[in-house]
Amino acid sequence: MKRLINLTPSPVLSAVLALLPFVLILLVYVAASDVRLEANPNDKLLPSFSQIGDTLHRMAFEPSKRTGEYLFWQDTASSLSRLGMGVLIAASLGLLLGIFTGALPLVNSGVSPLLTVVSLVPPLALLPILFIVFGLGELSKVMLVAIGITPVIARDIQRRTMEIPAEQLVKAQTLGASTPQILIRVLLPQLLPKLIDAVRLSLGAGWLFLIAAEAIASTDGLGYRIFLVRRYMSMDVILPYVAWITLLAFFFDVVLGWVSRKLFPWHAQGGSQ
Amino acid sequence: MIEAKNLWKRYGDNVVLEQINIRVAEREFITMVGTSGCGKSTFLKMLLGTETASSGELLLDGQPISTEPGPDRGIVFQQYSVFPHMTVLENVMAAKAFQRRGITGFLFGSAKTAARKEAADILEQVGLSHALNRYPHELSGGMKQRLAIAQALLAKPRILLLDEPFGALDPGIRADMHELILNLWREYKLTVFMVTHDLKEGFYLGTRLWVFDKLRHDPQAPNAYGASITYDLPVGQMDASLYQEIDDSLRPIITVQNS
Repeated sequence: MKRLINLTPSPVLSAVLALLPFVLILLVYVAASDVRLEANPNDKLLPSFSQIGDTLHRMAFEPSKRTGEYLFWQDTASSLSRLGMGVLIAASLGLLLGIFTGALPLVNSGVSPLLTVVSLVPPLALLPILFIVFGLGELSKVMLVAIGITPVIARDIQRRTMEIPAEQLVKAQTLGASTPQILIRVLLPQLLPKLIDAVRLSLGAGWLFLIAAEAIASTDGLGYRIFLVRRYMSMDVILPYVAWITLLAFFFDVVLGWVSRKLFPWHAQGGSQ
Repeated sequence: MIEAKNLWKRYGDNVVLEQINIRVAEREFITMVGTSGCGKSTFLKMLLGTETASSGELLLDGQPISTEPGPDRGIVFQQYSVFPHMTVLENVMAAKAFQRRGITGFLFGSAKTAARKEAADILEQVGLSHALNRYPHELSGGMKQRLAIAQALLAKPRILLLDEPFGALDPGIRADMHELILNLWREYKLTVFMVTHDLKEGFYLGTRLWVFDKLRHDPQAPNAYGASITYDLPVGQMDASLYQEIDDSLRPIITVQNS
């Protein structure tokens, strides 16, 4: 018998093992749901899949009686535009801050201590201030996402910039490169794949801030909806919404990974040094 | 061309180099050997401009040498000398782009065509014309160094600095590289400074050999005295006993173990 650390599953076994927990959770859910619905057909805590399907169909494919909108898609579009704007601002700002503090010691001395302090402020604690300053509209939600993840991206890019071997910068100078040329041709292209990595990692936090902001002050959005229907214990809405958010997060992660491999083949193949 | 006058380098109490007094004429090929930590790389970095002397003067054409790297002094390091995100051709073309004033360092139109032609020519010369569109991580160690040399030469430096450029290569490939660098040195009329661990390499290559070693030793404070140039020899006029003498002085620990 080999040691446990040397036992590797075959591809088939690996796939089975990967699916197993999902199947188990579904089975447990279906069984528990059946038991509760049998005792009380009006139970709301663990709706059956047919109930969830009916609700989802009503929200996604029938216009709302009150507003005439397709709520599910309306919520999705609102949330994604807020998240997208916030992440875009954070990525641009984070890249600029990171590359300048990482590459220019003068900027680093002036900005890095501030960046460190700002990154320690809990973004959710700033939410009331954002609501006061920017009002209850779209801007404050976008700003929360942006403020929440900019310092993370900036500090990551700063560290990545400093990790680029000094030999490359010396080499570029001996070839006659000026500071802007080094920033644009040597550092920036090597940092873009790192930026995509940083965005992938901070998307989770982005969703967190988005849902928190929507839960507190909003009139639509995925986070708004699940917190709204909580009052009626509508698990038949909450559960599919949570699954949908998870699916979207997974999808963006896969797409960003694919974009990174397509645009930066040298990075994907381990040529970062 | 290069002149050092009573050059010292200290890090705090730690003296690395002391009393370096040398003169180097144009088109010499100088190899520098010495034990690890003897300051030969530090001296190279002072020529490069990434280190400055603690006292004394290092002059290029009678003027103090620039304290930042510049296009008159090319460099090839042991590794990390090429840009990993550019193909072989782009790496060499970048050298051309960096010489033009401009914010972005990109080439367009006829300048780009001319640079591509020039880059392809020099890559042919170093034997990389079959790998123009490969990325550096797809190249072997020897090919990477060929690329780094091609890149450095395209910038038309007067002085070429080599910091153990062949240290990580196999012996057979190293011999090819020696031939390449000697040919390029003659053709481009370069002044070459090369740091090496390999005394044989130092004896074979170039016109002049410098041995860096400490003249004074204090066993209680090993860092109190720095190294200076203990042998300054023209290459090609040395007998075997001198080779043995230098070889022993470079490997004191091994000699003690053998005796």
